[in-house]
Amino acid sequence: MGTPLLELRGINKSFGPVQVLRDVAFTVQPGEVTALVGDNGAGKSTLVKCIGGIYPIDSGEYLIEGRPVHVHSPRDAAQLGVEIVYQDLALCDNLDIVQNMFLGRERRSGMILDEPTMEQLASETLASLSVRTVKSVRQQVSSLSGGQRQTVAIAKAVLWNSKLVILDEPTAALGVAQTAQVLELVRRLADNGLAVVLISHNMNDVFAVSDRIAALYLGQMAAQVKTTDVTHAQVVELITSGRSGALGLAEKGVAA
Amino acid sequence: MSAVTKEPAVAVARPSAGDDGILGYLRGYGRKVRGGDMGALPAVAGLLVLCIVFGLARPVFLTAPNFANLLTQAGPVVVIAMGLVFVLLLGEIDLSAGYTSGVCAAVLAIMLTNNGFPWYVGIAASLATGLVIGLLLGFLVAKVGIPSFVVTLAAFLGFQGVVLWLLDEGTNISVRDSVIIALENEFLPPLVGWGLAAVTVLGFAAVQLIQRRNRHKRGLKADLWQVVAFRVIGLAVLVGFAVAILNQERSRNPLFSLKGVPIIVPLVGVLLLLWTFVLRRTAYGRHVYAVGGNKEAARRAGINVDGIRISAFVICSAMASIGGVLLASQARSVDPNTGGSNVLLYAVAAAVIGGTSLFGGKGRVLDAVLGGLVITMIINGMGLVGWSSAYKYIATGVVLLLAASVDAFSRRRAAASS
Repeated sequence: MGTPLLELRGINKSFGPVQVLRDVAFTVQPGEVTALVGDNGAGKSTLVKCIGGIYPIDSGEYLIEGRPVHVHSPRDAAQLGVEIVYQDLALCDNLDIVQNMFLGRERRSGMILDEPTMEQLASETLASLSVRTVKSVRQQVSSLSGGQRQTVAIAKAVLWNSKLVILDEPTAALGVAQTAQVLELVRRLADNGLAVVLISHNMNDVFAVSDRIAALYLGQMAAQVKTTDVTHAQVVELITSGRSGALGLAEKGVAA
Repeated sequence: MSAVTKEPAVAVARPSAGDDGILGYLRGYGRKVRGGDMGALPAVAGLLVLCIVFGLARPVFLTAPNFANLLTQAGPVVVIAMGLVFVLLLGEIDLSAGYTSGVCAAVLAIMLTNNGFPWYVGIAASLATGLVIGLLLGFLVAKVGIPSFVVTLAAFLGFQGVVLWLLDEGTNISVRDSVIIALENEFLPPLVGWGLAAVTVLGFAAVQLIQRRNRHKRGLKADLWQVVAFRVIGLAVLVGFAVAILNQERSRNPLFSLKGVPIIVPLVGVLLLLWTFVLRRTAYGRHVYAVGGNKEAARRAGINVDGIRISAFVICSAMASIGGVLLASQARSVDPNTGGSNVLLYAVAAAVIGGTSLFGGKGRVLDAVLGGLVITMIINGMGLVGWSSAYKYIATGVVLLLAASVDAFSRRRAAASS
């Protein structure tokens, strides 16, 4: 296997007296979907926010493509090609798809917004993701369904030549058909060579699209395994008790 | 994962074959209106209804002199409403815009009449006053975090006092500078009026055609040429008709000619063009809409949300100061009531009637112009019909409520159709 796109080693993060992340190691390979699972409060969100530069890490190594980097702000993360799609999507309902995708990073020619270029790039990006569900890229986001919004949010993340896209529970609020659509899109991102991290509570989703599963348990990385090597029940056990047979944390809390 | 990849993407109602021609365009427009995005429709309908009602009640309403009157009367309200659009786009409100214009008018009058400065110094001073007021309001709202309703309500009271203080407890300062007076009281020579009309129509046509060509070159879906032609011809007819009426002789006295387009019209036109350009064609304008639509999304996109909010109040107050100059020109004097009484209510009503949402995120500068004309027609028409002040106040209040209901209704409609 080549160099992982993202490698975290020995990450620690505390908020005051509470240690949320304990010596976490996490690797993400390009072209793969890595599912990040864990119970509520296991530290998934904190880990993602550390990767995205919203929280600074207390100690540990952060490597992108094998190079150690320092990420202090979302802007740093974006420059390294790391994009996060949050659960609440952060789209402006009153703007259209193109306007949302380029929000804050508008293309200009001189002082004037370069609408044709933006529209073209947005269409190309959506086409490259084989998105056929939106009628027009000039549609207002308020007129889109939940799945379409998720699609736009993901396309927005992909637009910036990102290398790593982190999706925070992208299917949590979606119906069956739309969930399938979004998962298909997630798979396609990885097939296009991106590294994808999928946070999910839904084991079906995880097993449907992921190549690897990383399970967090009370702030520690219980295990990071290939999806094909584990069963549904084992993953649930990793999430709820941190260990499953030979996998996971040893009795005393040291990583196996 | 095969279970996923096999699932075909569920396509949303593909555009039917008829969506390409003119019929398709009309159908799309109908969908938009039914979806709650009525654009200028209520305001235009209002203008037509008012013309018919008041025209029948008092035929003098539809004459050239009254038309010219209407336009000059609408000037200050429209200009103040243009500034308010920016604040309303963010979902904020500026209740002090009326008295801000009063303070700026007082500054103008003091500079011109009491101190004898030339007109441009007076305008610069009142504009500077507006900028300072806007910065102060914006700072209190964005940085200190006081709701704009409270900040500007306090300013509404405070500025009333400031005007009194500037005018030494209520003296009336007359404004005699010919340039300032001309803004609301003079007219363009008929030929200049026609020239401006031609420039406007040709400029609009050029912009439309260039945009269309640019989109075609990229292979993007462009507006139908029929639609573009309709827009250009529509504007040409409208502008031509207005200029033709305004260029008629309006004076009853044969020794004294009164005709031409009021100077305020091109002035408002330039402001309309400027702010429309800023809102629709610059990144700044895009960010104003974004902050109004979803503040959190704007913040995450790296937009300086506080900066945008402060700037909107600065623009609003600066436009209010121009409105103040126009009020001074209209009355040829400044007194403690300048910018007071109904000015603010009319300006807010103008923006809302035009289609700017009180909930933020939706609105255009053109709304201020259309809505301002509606409001002015109501005031003017009721005056001609001879209604008492009591009825005028009640009617204006009802119209504002009606406009706000249309706004709330279209918002619900839009939420339901998504």
